[in-house]
Amino acid sequence: MAEQKRLAIIATKGTLDFAYPPLILATTAAALDYEVTIFWTFYGLQVLKKERNLKISPLGNPAMPMPVPMPVLVQMLPGMESMATIMMKQKMASKGVASIDDLLSMAIESDVKMIACQMTVDLFDFKHEELIDGLEYAGAARFFEVAQKADITLFI
Amino acid sequence: MADQTLDAKGLNCPLPILRAKKALKDMAPGQILAIEATDPGSAKDFESFCSQTGNKLVKASEDGKVFYYEIEKV
Repeated sequence: MAEQKRLAIIATKGTLDFAYPPLILATTAAALDYEVTIFWTFYGLQVLKKERNLKISPLGNPAMPMPVPMPVLVQMLPGMESMATIMMKQKMASKGVASIDDLLSMAIESDVKMIACQMTVDLFDFKHEELIDGLEYAGAARFFEVAQKADITLFI
Repeated sequence: MADQTLDAKGLNCPLPILRAKKALKDMAPGQILAIEATDPGSAKDFESFCSQTGNKLVKASEDGKVFYYEIEKV
């Protein structure tokens, strides 16, 4: 058998919509027999919280399809973010799109390695107990050790 | 005749592929996994999945609504 391919991803974003790309690519690569590592840094760490409450923001995102055209001034009203999040989750469920919880479990099941950026943990005063178990805590040098052996490296 | 079937209807990317991978894991080489899916992207995805994993796509068809695949485990 050919040597196992490797994928390294840097995941930097912590909104509900942008939690998807790293997890979709990681689980798919694992299904294609890649060895996968995700380095979670900055807002990406929100995805790894045990009590995660990822939201989507219509603000500053003119590309987001809205059910009715909505002026920016309305989008910034209190409760709009929660409403957009609920609507997005409903839409995803109705279209058979996996939840972030499911994708994360599948990634862990398929042995995707997760590295959490220790600098970000310090920066945001996160505690290791707040984040899911099984993470490795390390910094940029560790990422390069992974990336230099990777066939594909993605920054998301 | 398929050795196992997978109903991936209503599931969207990447779930059909992930479920297929999981089903194949517990099968023996040479066995056939039959899959039904409704995701139009699955047509290209199952081709790519098979070309990269070495499994054989022995059948791929559609009836307008549902896509049918048969994969022989390598």
